[in-house]
Amino acid sequence: MNLKKQFMEGLLTQNPVLVQVLGMCSTMAITTSFFNGLGMGVAVIVILTLSNVIIAAIRKIIPNKIRIAMFIVVIAGFVTCVDLLIQAFVPDLASSLGVFIPLIVVNCIILGRAESFSYKNGVAASFFDGIFQGIGYTVVLLIMCIIRELLGAGTFGGGILGPDAKGIQIIPSQFPAGMLTLPVGGFLVLGCLIAAMQWALSRPKKNKEESK
Amino acid sequence: MDQIYQLLAIMLGAILANNFIFSQFLGICPFLGVSKKVDTAVGMGIAVTFVMGLASAVCFLVNNYVLIPLGLGYMQTVAFILVIASLVQFIEMFLQKSMPSLYTALGVYLPLITTNCAVLGVVLLNVQNNYNFISSVVYGITGGLGFLLAIVLFASIRERLVFADYPKCWDGFPIALVTAGLMALAFMGFSGLKIW
Repeated sequence: MNLKKQFMEGLLTQNPVLVQVLGMCSTMAITTSFFNGLGMGVAVIVILTLSNVIIAAIRKIIPNKIRIAMFIVVIAGFVTCVDLLIQAFVPDLASSLGVFIPLIVVNCIILGRAESFSYKNGVAASFFDGIFQGIGYTVVLLIMCIIRELLGAGTFGGGILGPDAKGIQIIPSQFPAGMLTLPVGGFLVLGCLIAAMQWALSRPKKNKEESK
Repeated sequence: MDQIYQLLAIMLGAILANNFIFSQFLGICPFLGVSKKVDTAVGMGIAVTFVMGLASAVCFLVNNYVLIPLGLGYMQTVAFILVIASLVQFIEMFLQKSMPSLYTALGVYLPLITTNCAVLGVVLLNVQNNYNFISSVVYGITGGLGFLLAIVLFASIRERLVFADYPKCWDGFPIALVTAGLMALAFMGFSGLKIW
């Protein structure tokens, strides 16, 4: 068990959003306030972990040809559970995320991890893989939320204190670029983040080459 | 007459003002993945349009005549994804037998449509908006046409991006995302088109 390696992979070197570029739709669509990002992140961590564990447990009896369909059924089952739980206990979150909660079914991160990791590895390893990849996804969501909320609306932590709470005003409301809270901002901020990640990941290699 | 106005509003909204890619963020993965060449982009767009229209029709029937009478509304997500997966499988077999040239042109992208969130998204939005059968099908097809428009425009820009000179760390997805962002900005202009 190399938990540390898996953790670093989930968070940095194999980050699901910034490096594997999976699950873009939800990443850009719902990162308009801190509350949305956190809710979506937690939902994905739960679903990813549970579906990874189940798929790893039944991987030996799944016929190879229909494995994708089996994965989707397992994932859809958990997504339905989480969807119903969110509607029951956090209705504000359900109404602000809308159609994107059931759409976690087709979030490529979960299907991608099922195909590339839990179909080939044991239950325990898949469990931790689910948690770490989920955390990697959540961290990126939160970074996007904070950037878009701060520069787009000038606030921080909108929706944490209450359903209609605006968050703390940090930049006076006449200055922020409202464009960033619109769909355009999602594309631009994610583009900048991936560029920064590619730059950061390519740097250590260069240093090593130079030292040789 | 009202019905016609409503359909027209749905069409304009789905193609331009509320384009699936640029304002609803549905179907971004194939949009970024299959847009390196205009030819494949056109093929993907047409396949997605076809599946979206068909899925809207079938899922409407399944939802209204099977799930709701049986009180299984909470099984929507599972039922819809199964319908979509089997539809895609069926289309794949049909094309393989009757139109082999189109089948080879679409190649690996055909099975990937199952996990295209625009398809599941349009079905769920149909239910959420309480569309009737005709509106659902029209919304599905025009949503697909909006996807086709977006992916073809984007692919033709990306073909020219090869010659552009930008910092190396922006290579690949980042520059594509920024390009898509600027296109989204252009499409925002259509949001003034409100006839409803």
